[in-house]
Amino acid sequence: MGTFTMSRFRMLLACASILALGAPAAFADKADDTLRIGWGGDGAMINADNYLGGTRTGIWFTKMVWDTLVERDPTTGEYKGELATDWTWIDDKTLELKLRQDVKFHNGEAFSADDVVYTYNTMSAKDSQARFRAIVDWIETVEKVDAKTVRIHTKTPFPQALEFLAGPMPIYPHKYYAEVGSQGMSNAPVGTGPYKVVEMRPGEQYTLVRNDDYNWGSPKSKAKIANVVIREIPDAQTQVAELMSGGIDVTADMSPDLVTKLGGVPDVAAKMSETLRIFVIGLDAAKRANNPAVNDVRVRQALNYAIDREAIVKNLMAGAARPLSTPCHPLQFGCAEEAAVKYPYDPEKAKSLLREAGFADGLELTMYAEAPAKEAEAIMGYLDAVGVKVKLNRVPYEAYRDATMSGKAPAFLFNWGSYSLADAAASISFFFKGGDDDFAQDKDVIEWLNTGDSVTDPGKRKEAYASAVRRITEQAYWIPLFSGVRGYAWDANLDFTPFADEIPRFYEYSWK
Amino acid sequence: MTGFIIKRLVSAALTILVVSALTFSIAFLAGDPAIAIAGKDSSAADIARVREHYGFDRPVAVQYGEWLGKALTGDFGQSYHYQQSVADMLAARLPITLGLGLAAIVFALAIAVPLGVAAAARPASLVDRMALALSVLGQAMPTFWLALLLVVFFGLNLRWLPISGNTTWKHFIMPTIALGFFALPALLRITRAGTIDALRADYVRTARAKGLGPAKILFRHALRNVMIPLVSISAVQLGALLSGSIVVEQIFALQGIGALSYDATLRADLPIVQAITLIVAVFYVLLTLVADIANAILDPRIRENW
Repeated sequence: MGTFTMSRFRMLLACASILALGAPAAFADKADDTLRIGWGGDGAMINADNYLGGTRTGIWFTKMVWDTLVERDPTTGEYKGELATDWTWIDDKTLELKLRQDVKFHNGEAFSADDVVYTYNTMSAKDSQARFRAIVDWIETVEKVDAKTVRIHTKTPFPQALEFLAGPMPIYPHKYYAEVGSQGMSNAPVGTGPYKVVEMRPGEQYTLVRNDDYNWGSPKSKAKIANVVIREIPDAQTQVAELMSGGIDVTADMSPDLVTKLGGVPDVAAKMSETLRIFVIGLDAAKRANNPAVNDVRVRQALNYAIDREAIVKNLMAGAARPLSTPCHPLQFGCAEEAAVKYPYDPEKAKSLLREAGFADGLELTMYAEAPAKEAEAIMGYLDAVGVKVKLNRVPYEAYRDATMSGKAPAFLFNWGSYSLADAAASISFFFKGGDDDFAQDKDVIEWLNTGDSVTDPGKRKEAYASAVRRITEQAYWIPLFSGVRGYAWDANLDFTPFADEIPRFYEYSWK
Repeated sequence: MTGFIIKRLVSAALTILVVSALTFSIAFLAGDPAIAIAGKDSSAADIARVREHYGFDRPVAVQYGEWLGKALTGDFGQSYHYQQSVADMLAARLPITLGLGLAAIVFALAIAVPLGVAAAARPASLVDRMALALSVLGQAMPTFWLALLLVVFFGLNLRWLPISGNTTWKHFIMPTIALGFFALPALLRITRAGTIDALRADYVRTARAKGLGPAKILFRHALRNVMIPLVSISAVQLGALLSGSIVVEQIFALQGIGALSYDATLRADLPIVQAITLIVAVFYVLLTLVADIANAILDPRIRENW
């Protein structure tokens, strides 16, 4: 038993799934108005306090149980008041928000300014255990003006504030959290959201029921299905078997080949959906790996020309992703596709650029990639065709990260989810603003990003990011590849739509 | 006998200590644990913060000593990833893995003992050949494959059993069979071989000469001798099942310590990995000890040698 590696184990599982798909599906959950969700492919959500837990499914759970100050409409991208009704920038570092008066937490406590002050000041404190500092670090302090008014003071001018407030920053009831702490909150969550928690069995199963008091005008709809049971099922094949047998109604961990197979099963719907995640190859232009080839802009451009992104998207990602030309996702604010220098698939041009750079006889390139990167092989094939022999190091995430940070990786294939934030800053500013994660260290780009991240005028922000996008693509610091996809499968009786930010709104779904 | 037990306990404690020191250092060999703990979408600054927070920049020996000191007082600390108490997490999950392991060994014994005895009673008969086939199959078939066949057959086609989860006893039937099947071949072969040996022994010939019936000889005289190796092997197998239920827990979405250890290893969640290693090692050592004592009770010859 121990001799089987997990990856081999998964490959064999994929074969077994073909057997399973012969049986007809059966569902009974419409009758008892219970939505059964199976998730957990990326690891279990054990800590439901997602400031500390930091899991993808934790974001989904948070959206069901808690609310944020503002909500971004997933279709129009417009910010709407949720727990806040109005907001104004008093100066470029002070955001004042008016709060709703008529909202109650699931335990009966009334929502007020104290909850906002407590939650944000606790999480942004220097010694807090918040997992991703970028999410809370922009806050200097939050001040209560009166019971229904708060002021958020930012460390530097921070025009993306609304996007962050609409993101993974739920508001907790201050008395309750102070009393029970993070683990208590996780074991018995209390929020204001469309679902109330009935039972938590951490890492196993969570039972929710509709919050019937959710009538105060939240842009999130009142839950349409009365009951929700979420089960942690780590294995995608087991999820398929459960879906087929009616044990669950929806899952979000399907691979493209599973989605294709499930397409032929009656009463089951399956779809690959694009996400905000981007796949890119980073190139070390900052000379940390001291590789003369990738230090030459012509080589970096040649690599960009050598890869047929369209073909990879069509063949490996079921056509659901989009080929990328930008170092961010075009759906993000400020991610100017028109500003990007395009590198259409042109192997001849790639070869001539390599010749010009003095690599007429080809070159060897060491590339690091995180373990589950089957796209890496397709990319290697394309690069090989123009004379670039890729030495691929497919390693676990820690080893990958270790290699890039210690300057061992001239090229590195990775993906980035931007914390589901629809703002280009969550991608470009993360990687090109001069920190340890910046492998370009381009002074102009850093300057533009400093501007884009701090001016409040949206027009000026757009301009600044466009300049950055132009320079990054012109210099070919990265090879943007394609966007990510997530595969969903669900009971055909369920009215289900995936969203581009990779967050299913379970309260929006209903039975057909 | 007390002297023997004390000697065994001391050597057990040393074994456990070495095992835990090894796992601790292996976690550091695999790369900077701060990277794994900070998680996938972390920045270089997040990683630096984690490294400093947990003091990973100090010598491994110092960190191990610190962990050991706390563990000895029963404090397993907080999970790096989930930021929750390791003791609480294990307390919730241990019963599932223990229950599954016990059920699997009982299942394996319930098939292996009768079948092994029947096969030994008539070597080369049809029953014997079936027993051989079953033991080859059990040895050759990977656990996950059997698990999937069970899911397809009982879960999807017949719809008799729930596929995954742990809410009712029915949820444990398929995992028990899948895991028990893994322990079956060794138990079956030892029962068959032991019974055949016993039936050829002098005291059985004497019993037969005294005019005892075949049933009485088989159960009173032969089987009692088979029990000795069977108890030892069962104990060792149970230990193997406890640490080997990772795959089964993964497929059937059972939240036992197997699934947790897989998850924790991927995330370099040292406090969890360390606590689980320690617990499994303790169980292994205790089971072997219990097996030795049980054998002594069954067999006076062993007792006299102590």
